[in-house]
Amino acid sequence: MDETTSASNRSNGPALSPETMKRAYKDMLLVRRFEEKAGQLYGMGLIGGFCHLYIGQEAVVVGIGLNMKQGDKSITSYRDHGQMLVAGMTARGVMAELTGRSGGYSRGKGGSMHMFSREKEFYGGHGIVGAQVALGTGLAFANHYRGTDEVSIVYFGEGASAQGQVYESFNLAALHKLPCIYVIENNRYGMGTSIERASASKDLSRNAEPWGIPSRKVDGMDVFAVHQAAQEAMEHCRAGKGPFLLEMETYRYRGHSMSDPAKYRQRTEVEEMRRTRDPIESLKAEMLRNGIEEEAFKAIESEVKAVVADAAEFAQTCPEPDASELWTDILVEA
Amino acid sequence: MASLILMPALSPTMTEGTIARWLRQPGETVKSGDVIAEIETDKATMEVEAVEDGVLGKVLVPEGSESVAVNTPIAVLLEEGEDADAAESVTRSADPAADAPVAIETPSAPAIVEAPAIKQAEEEKDWGETKNITVREALRDAMAAELRRDEDVFLMGEEVAQYQGAYKISQGLLDEFGEKRVIDMPITEHGFTGMAVGAALTGLKPIVEFMTMNFSLQAIDHIINSAAKTLYMSGGQMGCPIVFRGPNGAAARVGAQHSQCFASWYAHIPGLKVVAPWSAADAKGLLRAAIRDPNPVVVLENEILYGQKFPCPTDEDFILPIGKAKIEREGKDVTLVAFSIMVGVALDAAAKLAEEGIDAEVINLRTLRPLDTETIIKSVKKTNRIVSVEEGWPVAGIGAEICTVAVEQAFDWLDAPPARVCGLDLPLPYASNLEKLALPKPEWVVEAVRKQFGD
Repeated sequence: MDETTSASNRSNGPALSPETMKRAYKDMLLVRRFEEKAGQLYGMGLIGGFCHLYIGQEAVVVGIGLNMKQGDKSITSYRDHGQMLVAGMTARGVMAELTGRSGGYSRGKGGSMHMFSREKEFYGGHGIVGAQVALGTGLAFANHYRGTDEVSIVYFGEGASAQGQVYESFNLAALHKLPCIYVIENNRYGMGTSIERASASKDLSRNAEPWGIPSRKVDGMDVFAVHQAAQEAMEHCRAGKGPFLLEMETYRYRGHSMSDPAKYRQRTEVEEMRRTRDPIESLKAEMLRNGIEEEAFKAIESEVKAVVADAAEFAQTCPEPDASELWTDILVEA
Repeated sequence: MASLILMPALSPTMTEGTIARWLRQPGETVKSGDVIAEIETDKATMEVEAVEDGVLGKVLVPEGSESVAVNTPIAVLLEEGEDADAAESVTRSADPAADAPVAIETPSAPAIVEAPAIKQAEEEKDWGETKNITVREALRDAMAAELRRDEDVFLMGEEVAQYQGAYKISQGLLDEFGEKRVIDMPITEHGFTGMAVGAALTGLKPIVEFMTMNFSLQAIDHIINSAAKTLYMSGGQMGCPIVFRGPNGAAARVGAQHSQCFASWYAHIPGLKVVAPWSAADAKGLLRAAIRDPNPVVVLENEILYGQKFPCPTDEDFILPIGKAKIEREGKDVTLVAFSIMVGVALDAAAKLAEEGIDAEVINLRTLRPLDTETIIKSVKKTNRIVSVEEGWPVAGIGAEICTVAVEQAFDWLDAPPARVCGLDLPLPYASNLEKLALPKPEWVVEAVRKQFGD
């Protein structure tokens, strides 16, 4: 199974143009800074309930995003802020939903875990672990039914990969040759339970093998590797060959949610990952090697900072939903 | 500029905590993500991370301090190169009000927001000529008509295509519409229901057949959490036009796992519509309406009724409104409210009661959500008595809801306490004699009515 493990070798991969690298850097930094701000607002009591941050995993969603085209659909779990930003949803709309305001994507009725955008083909934002896998298979079914070459990207964690409906979905997608890319974001911990304690399958990239679904195990901390694997998976799906599975080996720096006592892993493990494997720092190093000047990073940094500051300001000043919103959107009026 | 580090909220319910330990000392450089302190709450000890780069200027709340309210300034963070004096200025200049925990701003919301009035369903029109057909044919004809009418409609489920339906409801549909639109599914309710809901979120209009509604329990998470709630959670962006249908309730001697009524389960859920046809006309008219409805609709059919014949309008456009009950028999002495197969039981009971000189009105609910309370209340105000009849269990059942509606909205008109006739509160037994004893029959209804007349 050499093939399933070689994709993270950058030397095999197509080089990214300086412009694409800049775009990837900016997107990853936007997700990082957005999430840091969200954490801060949570600490201030401005964001309630559950809030799951994506910090550390940025290369996954950004590397895949580089390969998406208009009409491709995506869906994920409750750790969804990064997916939304990369899908092109505005930082303002996402942050305002986090603070439960009328300017949020769900007008304050969904919260951190439940946001959607019909326009950007982002289908949530789902709080039931694993549910998005069957739903995402349905998005691919719709593409197939309509005869388009659009692809459905379905993100789920290694924790969700223990859910039965994941395998029901694999079976259905393979049976009907649905254009669906299953992306396991293996960040090693399903809440406080390590993958070793939760999965008898030691190589999740092989979990779809019985259904003949091709797969790759990918260094999810390396945006080049992610990009390359996603490109292959996209081509496979667009050619009508059925689903594809990508296992992204990634890592979240923050807790499962904001209320995570973090006793299940060593602080040094997190520090080591941040120091040696950080996806943003790695990309920056590569860009520097490619002759991109320090000035370019500063410009991106300040642009991103402005977007996030503006989003935070909007999320705190925009009004809460009107009380009349309580009774709207329960049913579509025929 | 120097900034204040505030006592963070580390969980949805945390209002205060203890600063167990400072891990960094004044003068030390910290980077975003560094752990600077440990906080104990009632639930756990948690780490506080710096959210910005800088130098720890001054600790305002020493370690060991208990009951520190969320948002209390606990330290000062200086920018690189900034003097420790800046710490003084930021703490001095801080508005005293800012030291107090910031309550989340809540506009003066009213304590109660009235639900908008439910839009009354239109009256059923006179569809003219009828023909006797079975409920099975009516359901098939309804699906065929809608499949012809709208390319986005498709049928999926176990044995719906090649086998022609486990109960022969989809007979002939594969031949007419092909395998793209009449799709056999493996035995994988959780998976295919989720898949269908996902397709519906994009605007397709799936009809999901459950071989029996008992198997919908495998998929109930998608029916409730994914189909019914997404419109609300998305602020109105993502509708879910989908139909979940299949035989519901007891069949004949198939045991407890295959004999359950899910009426009250699904009728409980905001975001769903629920219909329960009795006659062939109900079946055809309601299923067509369900398929056209832009919302998720659960259609509770009944296996025993599948083979029964009823007059059904022949008009090609025949359809019924969801949310409108039908008075099957007019009467003046007592209102019997029933749905699905129990409408027949109620009508039989009415015939027996007529022999005793009691003139019963029989309401066929047709829709369980939204419930046509107007028709029920109007009838109760005329008859002054109400008995609900259902096959399902009594506790928190449809009958409990109907009796409550009658008490809440027509208390002064009632001459007797509302009564419920339900299936017995036990898993349905297999043995022929025991099964018969467990399910409502006309005599039970007659008995309940007699009690209301003080017999």
